[in-house]
Amino acid sequence: MLSYLSKKSFELLITFFGITLVSFFLINLTPGKPTDTLSELNPKMTPEARAILEKHWGLDKPVHIRYVIWLKNVSRLDFGASLSSDMRPAWDKIRERFPITILINSIAIFFIFLIAVPIGIHSAVKANSLSDKFTTLAVFIGFAMPTFWLALILQFIFGVWLNILPVSGIKSLNYESLSLVQKILDSARHLCLPIFITVFGSLAGISRYMRSTMQEALSQEYIVTARAKGLSESKVVYKHALRNAILPVITIVGLSIPGLISGSVIFETIFAIPGVGQLLYQAAMSRDYNVIMAEVVMVSVLTLLGNLLADIGYAIADPRIRVK
Amino acid sequence: MFWKRFKKNKLALTGGVLVFGLLAIAVFAPFISPYDPNTINMDDVLQAPGSRHILGTDDLGRDILSRMIYGTRISLSVGFVAIAIATIIGIILGSLAGYYGKLIDSLIMRLVDIMLSVPTFFLLLTIIAIVGPSIWIVMFVIGLTGWMSIARLVRAEFLTLKEREFVLAARSIGATDARIIFRHILPNAMSPVYVSFILGVAGAILMESGLSFLGFGVQPPTPSWGNILTAGREYMEVAWWLIFFPGLAILVTCLSYYILGEGIRQALDPKLKI
Repeated sequence: MLSYLSKKSFELLITFFGITLVSFFLINLTPGKPTDTLSELNPKMTPEARAILEKHWGLDKPVHIRYVIWLKNVSRLDFGASLSSDMRPAWDKIRERFPITILINSIAIFFIFLIAVPIGIHSAVKANSLSDKFTTLAVFIGFAMPTFWLALILQFIFGVWLNILPVSGIKSLNYESLSLVQKILDSARHLCLPIFITVFGSLAGISRYMRSTMQEALSQEYIVTARAKGLSESKVVYKHALRNAILPVITIVGLSIPGLISGSVIFETIFAIPGVGQLLYQAAMSRDYNVIMAEVVMVSVLTLLGNLLADIGYAIADPRIRVK
Repeated sequence: MFWKRFKKNKLALTGGVLVFGLLAIAVFAPFISPYDPNTINMDDVLQAPGSRHILGTDDLGRDILSRMIYGTRISLSVGFVAIAIATIIGIILGSLAGYYGKLIDSLIMRLVDIMLSVPTFFLLLTIIAIVGPSIWIVMFVIGLTGWMSIARLVRAEFLTLKEREFVLAARSIGATDARIIFRHILPNAMSPVYVSFILGVAGAILMESGLSFLGFGVQPPTPSWGNILTAGREYMEVAWWLIFFPGLAILVTCLSYYILGEGIRQALDPKLKI
């Protein structure tokens, strides 16, 4: 078990270096510099001033040396200063926006599982029935839905037309004067549309995956054995098949983190939520390399931690891995 | 055989008809659009859908139906070109990994793992922001970040196919590695790639519309469904048709590709009884 986990952690560490390497080089080798946006519209920006600025930000060094310096600083959690006008440390900017994005996505993951797993089981058990065909079509609509469009339409229906939900932001103007219960209600009203959109965006994929692992499990020989023993169908499905089928679905959580946070970029822009998604959008707009790289690191660490947790869960649940 | 199985699936057949219909719209855009997509007409600003403009007009008086017909061209070409790039990269890396195995395989598969954990959407936004958005850049970066699943599929096919006797036969008559990979194994490994290509087109169209929505996609005045929708966002409260129809077009198009792809997958799968 221990050797299995240390091997996994080592692999993840290698992957982490790979991610930073790929991202750093892709971003830095793309023609164009962060100083371009500053000098385009600024007549005071002489070539000399530009050179000084580039030297100050370390942009005059070759890219591989910059990567080593960057890596050294990152090991001390120093991601450099934001290249935007406030020049605050990139890490501080991310840290203060982190909780709201994580809150929305964690609640969303909870609901995704709560809804997608039963849908997947149902379609697998009743494969090719009318209700399976109906859910399959619904799942494809979910795949094909441009979620930002759905978000705009819901924002319009509930926020403007029916006027029962706030259109944007995370709290009302009178938030501070509210009682605790009212505060929670107020946050819930602000967050329910963003959470709904996030859940909707991932529902199709996870339920489809659940359906296929469940179908796979149901076609195994131990299911025939269980049925032959005379177990009730619900025991066969929920005790014997489900336990094997749900494991791979749980591992998908780790891999779905980049997708979820990418979704955050879009819905945080639509609903004006001050999270890391909105920050990334602003950073990309102003070519703020340090903030972008800090965000890439943050998302990769989350993804890899998700994978590690899934691996640990796997090892606990599946004796075959523990023994090997 | 394939066709006989495919024909039984009415839903997939509908998807196929819609996919061909959309291709026809894209090809014959100049003949079927009622107006020029870029003619500005200040007398006809923000007209609701009606007899003169079936889907209404935008804030510059341009006919939405015509813009959407031309947008079909742009959105579909972005989808096809981006996925063609991804498929080529995926096939090459997948065959190399599957055929040679050992070190090459572990290096390529590690790269796949890395690319799957990289927040690719972040990199897309950043690269486009640095280079400046254009239709070519959008196609290129979507292709560059979408090849991993195809590489995995091709590799898996190669792992089983390379052990087969016809490969041994080819090798014994002195065929080169390149010839064995491209002439002997690859044609047999293609069927999952076709399905993945069709599904990928829908994914790329969605991706382009998402990028357009953030202002990083195809740039106006060239109409794409994503940027018509985005431009209409400002007028959402007075002109619902500006965001409703482009979004519906994206939804229906991607849905047709998904059900067509699923239908082909089922028809190609000999284990499934239809």
